[in-house]
Amino acid sequence: MLSQRFIESLVGLFLIFALIALSVLAFKVSGLTSLFPSASYDVTANFDEIGGLKVRAPVKIGGVQIGEVSKIMLDPVTFKAVVTLHIEKQYNDIPDDSSVTILTAGLLGDNYVAVTPMYSKTALKSGSQILYTNSAMVLEKLIGQLIYKIGNGSGDKSSDKHQGSE
Amino acid sequence: MSENLVEISKMSFQHENGRTVFKDVDITIPRGKITAVMGPSGTGKTTLLRLIGGQLTPTQGKVLVDGQLIHKLNRNDLYQLRKRMGMLFQSGGLFTHLSVYENVAFPLREHTRLSESMIHTLVLMKLQMVGLRGAAHLMPTELSGGMARRVALARAIGLDPKLIMYDEPFTGQDPISLGVLVKLIRTLNDALGLTSIIVSHDVKETLSIADYVYIISDRQIIGQGTPESISQNSSLQLQQFIQGLPDGPVPFDYPAPLLQQDFLERTDK
Amino acid sequence: MISRLAAVGAWGIDNLRDIGKAGILFYRVLISPPNIRKGFPLVMQQIYVEGVLSLLIIVVSSLFIGMVLALQGYHTLAKFGASQELGPLVALSVARELGPVVTAILFAGRAGSAVTAEIALMKATEQLSSMEMMAVDPLRRVISPRFWGGFISMPLLTMIFNATAIYGAYLVGVKWLGLDAGVFWSNMQSSVEFQADIINGIWKSVVFGMAVTLIAVVQGYSAEPTSAGIATATTRSVVYSSLAVLGLDFVLTAMMIGSW
Repeated sequence: MLSQRFIESLVGLFLIFALIALSVLAFKVSGLTSLFPSASYDVTANFDEIGGLKVRAPVKIGGVQIGEVSKIMLDPVTFKAVVTLHIEKQYNDIPDDSSVTILTAGLLGDNYVAVTPMYSKTALKSGSQILYTNSAMVLEKLIGQLIYKIGNGSGDKSSDKHQGSE
Repeated sequence: MSENLVEISKMSFQHENGRTVFKDVDITIPRGKITAVMGPSGTGKTTLLRLIGGQLTPTQGKVLVDGQLIHKLNRNDLYQLRKRMGMLFQSGGLFTHLSVYENVAFPLREHTRLSESMIHTLVLMKLQMVGLRGAAHLMPTELSGGMARRVALARAIGLDPKLIMYDEPFTGQDPISLGVLVKLIRTLNDALGLTSIIVSHDVKETLSIADYVYIISDRQIIGQGTPESISQNSSLQLQQFIQGLPDGPVPFDYPAPLLQQDFLERTDK
Repeated sequence: MISRLAAVGAWGIDNLRDIGKAGILFYRVLISPPNIRKGFPLVMQQIYVEGVLSLLIIVVSSLFIGMVLALQGYHTLAKFGASQELGPLVALSVARELGPVVTAILFAGRAGSAVTAEIALMKATEQLSSMEMMAVDPLRRVISPRFWGGFISMPLLTMIFNATAIYGAYLVGVKWLGLDAGVFWSNMQSSVEFQADIINGIWKSVVFGMAVTLIAVVQGYSAEPTSAGIATATTRSVVYSSLAVLGLDFVLTAMMIGSW
């Protein structure tokens, strides 16, 4: 039997290997940028249609991620989707007349929230609401509109071919 | 301090599967003496040791060890009592992953906080008592059966117990090892003031060192007394056991149908 | 006919009793942790025997599994022109499922069977009885350290498995099949979430570790003290552990599927 000291050092090495593996997994594989949730503030936006947007979907300006979607709820009065955006504190001078749109990453990818900044001098704060929202584009509606247009353009046929799902 | 270290009164024990091993048995083990418990194989001699050691609980009756009902003790008290007992198992029960030295040091390391040098002295002392001080560095797999038993004995006396129990110590030993063990058991008992219980069916060796003998058969004690009185006892059962007669109260033939019946059946087919 | 029914009933009751005994043993192992002064080196030793000595098989297996996964995955993905998703494919498969499950099964085969055989043999050669008669609790000295050793080693081994498998996939995907390293890693990073994927996988391995080690210890402790008994106990330990791991994996995946 190896001496107790030697065994303990080997176990220690084992532990270190495992921790190295864990950090590789954390940083290289899953792209963890910081272990601590960075300071952030919440803003809300109401949408008619959020499509396939999910919680934790990224919020981006010009393609750069500035936060994530933290909550999606339905307003029981207006029946609009109330989406809460978690934005990192460092991006604290987004003009409060900016608009948000729900876009798709790539052709068939997941939905994300894109913020298009405008020109107001006042910035969004915690609890602010973004007023200018563009709903997600649902593919079926798009196809329906296209067919409708084609149908109209080529004469009187198409109301039956209207495929839109409302 | 009573004269008897162990007192078993009106004890009955039944296994979980219903087999009765003892019925209404009374045994007393006096201090400082060697008491032997003998009997044919399978009569529950090892079970008796486990009852005394508190590993089993009697279905009826009492087992008193040093004045305490051992089967009613809680875990801590039981372990305290066990520290004053030593047991030598039939196969030695040495820890195969530890050397001879470490095996003997085991109870000292577990139950005392003595320094390494003290343990060193004590271990070598115990090994010297059994004549194996030079084998301290060997591993159990390198020992012969007899040597393993002696090491187990050294380990059992590690904490200077008051009671030591031997489970079939003479079984399967060559004549020289037998002689060594017999000498050791007697010498240790007298030199250390121990109380020894030997469970065995080796008549000659056991009778040569025992002070008092119990013979158990068929769930009862069929004889007890000093070795002389036992050898002169006229009971047929006792005599068959003592002299090793093949036939007698314990028959040679296992119960079977008549001879003619068995043979005839075969020729019919 | 009746006797057959009775036999089935008896079999059921026996199994129930065995499960009960296992539960009691588990409870006793949990409430009698090896004490700090004496027990700590014992647990260390068991982590060495069960964990460190399993490293070889874990690392080699994970490397090959990662490489094969990358090879197979690439050829299928390439048909859809989606070969840049190889990174996420491998990382998610390994972190969520293959890592914990394969590590657990390998561990059961290597360390679990060794623990079972050791405890069963100690029981058969009366070493456990001697310990009891020397007023040393075999549960504290022998069984509990082996349980904690396995319980601690499993997640560590799983982490190492995950990392090595992904590295193997990197070797095949980037170095051999020529995928772009940047795309490989960045796609992987955007698909793999630390909390949901990596950490959940490690939770799985913790649960598996408990199950595998418990089964190994219980089988060893309740083995028949004969050579056939030891053999049966060892094979049972591996088989039951593997089945338990797969069953628990389904249950845990179903529970975790929400965050995926």
